[in-house]
Amino acid sequence: MDASRRSDPAAGKARTTLERTSERELVVKRTVDGPARIVFEAWSKPELFQRWWAPKSFRVSLISFEADIRTGGSYRLLMGHPSSEQPMAFFGRYIEVTPPSRLVWTNDEGGEGGAVTTVTFEERDGATRVVVHELYFSKEALDDAMASGSTSGWGEQFEQLDDLIVVLDAKV
Amino acid sequence: MVQLSTARLDASFAALSDPTRRGVLEKLGRADASISELADKFHMTLTGMKKHVGVLEQAGLVTTQKVGRVRTCKLGRSRLAEETAWIEEYRRLWDSRFDALDQIVEELKQRETFGGRKQTE
Repeated sequence: MDASRRSDPAAGKARTTLERTSERELVVKRTVDGPARIVFEAWSKPELFQRWWAPKSFRVSLISFEADIRTGGSYRLLMGHPSSEQPMAFFGRYIEVTPPSRLVWTNDEGGEGGAVTTVTFEERDGATRVVVHELYFSKEALDDAMASGSTSGWGEQFEQLDDLIVVLDAKV
Repeated sequence: MVQLSTARLDASFAALSDPTRRGVLEKLGRADASISELADKFHMTLTGMKKHVGVLEQAGLVTTQKVGRVRTCKLGRSRLAEETAWIEEYRRLWDSRFDALDQIVEELKQRETFGGRKQTE
């Protein structure tokens, strides 16, 4: 009886799914109502990307996004949050940029062994299935991210907080 | 560029910014305790200790269970509960991102339809 969400107008808005598919992988899926060419553009043009990457409801502001979104290029993202005076920097390299189907980047702000993000775009009937795949360095890396409440470093100012939580956890 | 769990971080900051609460966490790290025991140990009223424990519960650092008239506090949550909560919050973040992306894509589609000349590929 489960009509596909696209054919049933009463089903409500499109849904995002997220799953831990292995001990070190997370997969996000969503269908976007538009051709792959256009959806890919929104991911690969910096001026468009920065308009949706930091949702307002999460109280995170995107301060700046500098990126050369081509294979071999790099990016640098600065985000702000009310609880922190210092902005948080996120940066990495584009391992592969293949319009309109594939985008792969590294997350280097936590040092070596950061997660690799692969985004694929598959078009069918004018809509695009977007799959975001995050591959962590190890099970421990992903476990740590979940335990500390964020998936990558917030910067040195939060290391003390993380350390304290780790110490307290270890006592259990 | 991966996820930021802002709600969790806010709650954790509030929880750990107080020395009494840090002391409570240290004590619970050695053994579970009732709110009365904690109030005694830290020389405060039951009401006062309940407030502290409430903040710690909000942050997910402490769980409590009432059995009879005694409310027992213990450290942390099960790994599975942690993980489930984290995954749901991360999913919500991506949901919000895609909602915003939907709007951008609509805008680009409109532009193509009404923009007049076709763009060169």
